[in-house]
Amino acid sequence: MTQVNRLDGGLIDRDTPLDFTFDGRRYGGFAGDTLASALLANGVRLVGRSFKYHRPRGIISAGSEEPNALVELREGARREPNSRATMTELHDGLVARSQNRFPSLGFDLMAVNDRFSAFLGAGFYYKTFMWPKAFWERVYEPLIRQAAGLGALSGDPDPDVYDRGFRHCDLLVIGAGPAGLMAALTAGRAGAEVILVDEDFRAGGRLTMERETVAGINGADWAAEAAAELVSMPNVRVMPRSTAIGVFDHGIYSVLERVADHLPVPREGTPRQILWRVYAKRAILAAGATERLIAFDNNDRPGIMQASAVRGYVNRWAAAPAERIAIFTNNDDGHRTAADLAAAGVEIAAIIDSRPDAPASDVAELFAGAVVSNSSGRRGVGHVTLRLADGGRKHVSCGALAVSGGWNPNVHLTCHHRGRPQWQENIAAFVPGDGVPPGLAVAGAARGIFSTAGALADGRDQALAQLAELGIKVTSATVPEADDTPVKITPLWHVGGTGRAWLDQQNDVTVKDVGLAHQENFRAVEHLKRYTTLGMAGDQGRTSNVLGLAVMAELTGKTIADTGTTIYRPPYTPTPIAAFAGRSVGRNFRPTRLPPSHHWAAEQGAVFVEAGSWMRAQWFPREGEVHWRESVDREVLATRRSVGVCDVSTLGKIDIQGNDAGAFLDLVYSNRFSTLPVGRTRYGLMLREDGMVMDDGTTARLGETHYLMTTTTANAVGVYRHLEFVRQCLRPDMDVQLISATDSWAQFAVAGPNARRVLQAVVDSQHDISNEAFPFMACRAISVCGGVPARLFRISFSGELAYEIAVPARYGDAMIRALMAAGEPHDITPYGTEALGVMRIEKGHVTGNELNGTITAHNLGMAKMVSTKKDSIGAVLAGREALVAEDGLCLVGLQAIDGDHVTAGAHMFAESTPVDAAHDEGYVTSAAWSPHIGASIGLGFIVRGANRHGETVRLMNPLEGRSARARICSPHFIDPEGERLRG
Amino acid sequence: MLLITCPYCGPRDESEFSCGGEAHIARPLAESSLTDAEFADYLFLRDNPKGLFLERWRHAAGCRRWFNMARDTVTHEIVEIYPMGSGPASKAGKAAHAASWRRDTAAEAASKPAHKSRAKKDKVS
Ligand SMILES: [Zn+2]
Repeated sequence: MTQVNRLDGGLIDRDTPLDFTFDGRRYGGFAGDTLASALLANGVRLVGRSFKYHRPRGIISAGSEEPNALVELREGARREPNSRATMTELHDGLVARSQNRFPSLGFDLMAVNDRFSAFLGAGFYYKTFMWPKAFWERVYEPLIRQAAGLGALSGDPDPDVYDRGFRHCDLLVIGAGPAGLMAALTAGRAGAEVILVDEDFRAGGRLTMERETVAGINGADWAAEAAAELVSMPNVRVMPRSTAIGVFDHGIYSVLERVADHLPVPREGTPRQILWRVYAKRAILAAGATERLIAFDNNDRPGIMQASAVRGYVNRWAAAPAERIAIFTNNDDGHRTAADLAAAGVEIAAIIDSRPDAPASDVAELFAGAVVSNSSGRRGVGHVTLRLADGGRKHVSCGALAVSGGWNPNVHLTCHHRGRPQWQENIAAFVPGDGVPPGLAVAGAARGIFSTAGALADGRDQALAQLAELGIKVTSATVPEADDTPVKITPLWHVGGTGRAWLDQQNDVTVKDVGLAHQENFRAVEHLKRYTTLGMAGDQGRTSNVLGLAVMAELTGKTIADTGTTIYRPPYTPTPIAAFAGRSVGRNFRPTRLPPSHHWAAEQGAVFVEAGSWMRAQWFPREGEVHWRESVDREVLATRRSVGVCDVSTLGKIDIQGNDAGAFLDLVYSNRFSTLPVGRTRYGLMLREDGMVMDDGTTARLGETHYLMTTTTANAVGVYRHLEFVRQCLRPDMDVQLISATDSWAQFAVAGPNARRVLQAVVDSQHDISNEAFPFMACRAISVCGGVPARLFRISFSGELAYEIAVPARYGDAMIRALMAAGEPHDITPYGTEALGVMRIEKGHVTGNELNGTITAHNLGMAKMVSTKKDSIGAVLAGREALVAEDGLCLVGLQAIDGDHVTAGAHMFAESTPVDAAHDEGYVTSAAWSPHIGASIGLGFIVRGANRHGETVRLMNPLEGRSARARICSPHFIDPEGERLRG
Repeated sequence: MLLITCPYCGPRDESEFSCGGEAHIARPLAESSLTDAEFADYLFLRDNPKGLFLERWRHAAGCRRWFNMARDTVTHEIVEIYPMGSGPASKAGKAAHAASWRRDTAAEAASKPAHKSRAKKDKVS
């Protein structure tokens, strides 16, 4: 297909033609094109439909500020909506589609919204979707969701990798236009570590789009040479396709590098995008400026563009937006566009300059003191209507209108620390004001210095100032000669009319909407923004905000300076969520921890469950078992009958050593540990300072100054953090050291009447572990399997005769295999977390379910464990009146009757009371089927529970729509006297 | 995002640290008999000033050490970083420390063993 609007020249590579499709039609372009420039070269003006009114829209800009030309790129899982055509580098085979239209771009049914625009003005959502309330979920929300949004995601997982990176430098230069290049050259030549980032794929900024000379050569060529010099410096890193999206504290900048967006598929082994965190001692913002439009009726027609973009397309991409172009300007810059169009041989329909004293033009007919008041044309501009200086009207036919309303410095990053831009009258624009982030300087057009010569000099000067602060010496820093024409402007924001004049084209906000906001008293800029959604789209109003507040200023009679601006926030340009997620997706979202016996358990066909970051064996199904409870019941019964083994390495283990280790434990536990004999283990209750139970576990005294604490799996990290806080912040005077040993030891519970027999087969014979030599709660360093160091603890979670044996983690796999082999004569049964849970409920041991942060030692029936003879954390507030009241909650066991089931979370009510909050007596914390009892049992807290054993209560679970009856009993369903575990 | 200089490891990213809130909150000794309200000063009440704030921070994903930091909560300027158990050295830090309402609380007085005798005396009188 011929590129009807392609001119001669430009910075495109005509030896590398590229094919692409837009809405299924094939087009041609060249390397160096963007999707936008290629579409224009092919005469495509209509590229999308607007957000709210579904108005036909075209390309407005040639940069990242583009509000309209948002398209869907690629296909399949790589489909990406809302991509700016102006920032999309063309590659061969690129597939692009317009969006927000149904059924087609040319004929959009939703364009009916445009006819009802009178009802869809500012505040429409707030006013319309208010009532009736019942309509919200069923009617309004689906309706809004259907109509809102632009493109659609593929719904498939993104196949590409996104990464994060970290870089450090003396000076970060943001923007590779004349100011940025000059700053980077100055700093780079002085030997500073420099990073230069630019969102374009070609260095030069506006120099790539202008016909200008720098140092006697074409400006774009000078920029290319400067970039080449910078690339050759070892101390300078040039990052094209990289946008600084945010400024954070202490010189931290976020930079999004689009590594592979310009390729069909990322190269093997490279990410699609990288979100860099740049630590910069100093930074220079040289982000340039963005040209404003002027609002007039129907100014959103495809073909109506920034004048700077029009000449950019002509100069850089040799693509004329139309054969015949009119120019509408309020400043001298519009005449520059005219000169460039004339030089490229593009027909100029007219220059409409709103200033009565407009400079004469020798390239086209000039209408001084005239304005464009309307446009017409189907799917694109065909005519514009002029209101002449004498009040007369005139129609001018044109295929595009280049609009120049003046330039807004790109101050956005200077506002990221709540900096407030200030109004500068002579350029009629906001420049950086107070509150610019410390360490950030602004250079060139970004602070209102618009001429090339001015930008070059300012780039150098700002760099010199920063280098001086860094103590880096500069011998010489010359600036090349360049154009230094001043630009005169007489502000004109909008042309009065009777129709709709667009300000924010991405969010469909018109001058009338601002008028409505004013009328309804939403006059402050932040109110104006929320009420009309002006500037709230993905482009953050880069082409619209200043226009909108200028209109508001007119309506309120205030100056623009007094009206002020809204706050710009990161990110500067729309940034994919995938870039923030980086590699933290799917299984890599957080680390997975595997207990030492994991591979062995997997071989046994274990079913695993995530417990925090751990993968734990939940049960070990055997052939023929179809329901999980068959497996769990079998594991429980086999353990209680003979012997079972379970990996308990996930329990937190904290090694505590030092002369004050005992005193330290006395402080953090409510009961005393300094008196614990060496070689013994004690159950400990840990309170928070507010008196609530934090955790429990056993702590063994391995030596005079050496203890080993165990915590619950869930609280392992929290308890360790707490102990470190106590040690470092509350008692730095104590001689005590802590280290987490959770990952260092593989630990197995061996439980059941035959547990000792199994262990005797693996423990080296010199260690006597008979009941007499190694009684309940004993602990000792031993060796197993012929010399492997180990620790043996006689502790029981299941209520059976039980031990926990620990070996260095690297022996964990071998240990479980050895235990299984040694246990074979006794039919040793591995059990998982479910059976572990059933047995601890049967025994009445509490765990995280019971220790829920609202429970005291008193509630647990362990009030005696809070020693009042020593200072311990939580002891004071545990004694609060209400917490020790006689009618407080008390831990009880529950056994379902009539074949009912106990469910955790159910609330307990007496037999004949109403079921309401006032009569709620407690709740169920844990529930299980007990194969030992042959009934559904549970643990829970009920008021005065200790005195209510035998009473029947109702368990109400309205969330699950269930109720049941249960009998209150002792929480110790099995062996309440503790004879088994001492046997 | 802050850049924090751990006194033991050097400058590190904020994501490696966790903030422990207000610094210089001494724990009252149990033998002192504080009222619940006095104890609440220690346990529950925390400052949240606009401006300089003395905080505890922990290099959680590093050396695990706690330290103190004087930080401006508006500008995020870090005025000084100093070890646990010591006081601020900067003029602004010293002023913030001295100006805290906490200096006059019974809870803080009760963190020093000397309080014991004074408490008894108070009861007698
Ligand atoms: Zn550290």
